[in-house]
Amino acid sequence: MSNSFFEVLRAGINTTYQDKGRFHMQHLGVAPGGCMDLRAFLIANALVGNNSEDGVLEFAYQGPLLKLVKGKTKIVITGNVLFQIIKTNNEIINGECNKSYDLNEGDQIDILATKKSAYGYLTVEGGFDVKPFCNSVSTLARAHIGPNNGEKIKIKDKIIIKRNSSNKKNFKTKVLIKDRNIIRVLEGPQFDYFSKEGQKDFFSKDYKITNLTDRMGMRLEGTTIKNTVNTNIRSEGITKGAIQVPADGQPIILLTDYPTIGGYPKIANVISADYYLLAQKIPGEKILFKKVELHKAEQLYKEHLNSISEIIKNIKETN
Amino acid sequence: MLKKISNIGDCGIVCDFGDEVNQKINEGVIKLFHYVRQQVSKGNLKGILNYTPSYNKLIINFDLEKINSSKIIDFLKSVNFSQLNFSQNKKKWTIPICYDFEMDLENMSKTLKIDREEIKNIHLNTTFFIYMVGFIPGHPFMGDLDSKLFLNRLKTPRVKIPPGSVGIVEKFCNIYPYESPGGWNIIGRTPIKLFNTKDNSNPCLLSSGDSVKFKSISKKEFKNLNNE
Repeated sequence: MSNSFFEVLRAGINTTYQDKGRFHMQHLGVAPGGCMDLRAFLIANALVGNNSEDGVLEFAYQGPLLKLVKGKTKIVITGNVLFQIIKTNNEIINGECNKSYDLNEGDQIDILATKKSAYGYLTVEGGFDVKPFCNSVSTLARAHIGPNNGEKIKIKDKIIIKRNSSNKKNFKTKVLIKDRNIIRVLEGPQFDYFSKEGQKDFFSKDYKITNLTDRMGMRLEGTTIKNTVNTNIRSEGITKGAIQVPADGQPIILLTDYPTIGGYPKIANVISADYYLLAQKIPGEKILFKKVELHKAEQLYKEHLNSISEIIKNIKETN
Repeated sequence: MLKKISNIGDCGIVCDFGDEVNQKINEGVIKLFHYVRQQVSKGNLKGILNYTPSYNKLIINFDLEKINSSKIIDFLKSVNFSQLNFSQNKKKWTIPICYDFEMDLENMSKTLKIDREEIKNIHLNTTFFIYMVGFIPGHPFMGDLDSKLFLNRLKTPRVKIPPGSVGIVEKFCNIYPYESPGGWNIIGRTPIKLFNTKDNSNPCLLSSGDSVKFKSISKKEFKNLNNE
């Protein structure tokens, strides 16, 4: 028996297979990649009873329109997403995030838009049938790495599901949407390269997210930060969430698909606990950076992980 | 010598070997890189996710759920640097280059006041050292070129450079693994694939610390190798 599969009727803007990321390869120029919002990713897999390593489909802004051509599956969408399920009898169900749904042959799922956020996630019970490259199914489109020949999902592609749904029950959980504009950071390795005034402005003025934002980086616009030492450094390895300030004084935050090596001074680095909040910000939004110390960042990350465990623990059966 | 250890973000450690760019400092970085990688593969350092050597630094990234900065710093302080070995991991490569695909030899010849053939000869006679690999997959940063060929970047970078293009700027020589924009002086192209996504166990050809010599090939040989 061949597998169940979706056909892509509309691809969406940036729909890709992703998981936790691909590690132990940055020294070869391969960024870890993976889901932009790991919290929404973990909740998605938990709701359909998958392993936390399983790959999902990530979409940005406008998601895909998929038709289940063959089989029977259980899906879930996480994030803050507007979507509909169109049954074969044309009945339309307005979808709720963080809740699983059964789809039968011929049903369609129309992921219309992410609401006040950038990324959403779709997964299916049992996972998608995709081949890992170097232990990960994350797509790094720039380097053609990952499933689907390392490319974004296109119209008419087949999305193959590993197995039919076997669980008769459905599940949901409650996820509070956080809408905080404060992003906490640690001082970066070249913090001292910037003028006292620039350092002060960085922690007190708003920075607007511009349209030049994607999985690789986020360009900000705001008060110019003056460099008093050197606007270039010896190229060095990049860490996710590093905030570079090139010669024009406007910060760039390096995101999940970052170039592995960079030569601009780094004023700060976003803490791990706040990364998913930052990744979900959209162009036009304003953010404010707040400095914390390392031990505080470590403690906040523990709390962040506990809050995800709590959400997963609160998964309840629904109808 | 390792001069300074500090954190970058809450899931990164910077090992700083000093400010200069030279092979001796870079060899120190690569020695530590191999050692960390070895310890990770032996399972001695759980939670380490990446280790990225560059000219004068090694950045170690980790999963904050499993390990933290202070544990990694303790580990680094316990390393006996005098016992780290460099030569065992070094490979020597010969990379074919077809100079017929150059884009800038004419201008370079004028600026440098050196004959085109002589530029090629100097390039062919250089044994390049790979300082680091990165920015994008498989991309080597190599040096040191003869100072006679030192040039700046192009004033206006090109929008598109074909994959395999070999470029030079100052004392460095690069190979573009993917089609990309770029401002380097292009002197030829190689048919060799630097990153192979079909190879799951060893996708990347070159490593930091390896050495590279170029070998001149004709357009016909380029075509044959490119089809392999």
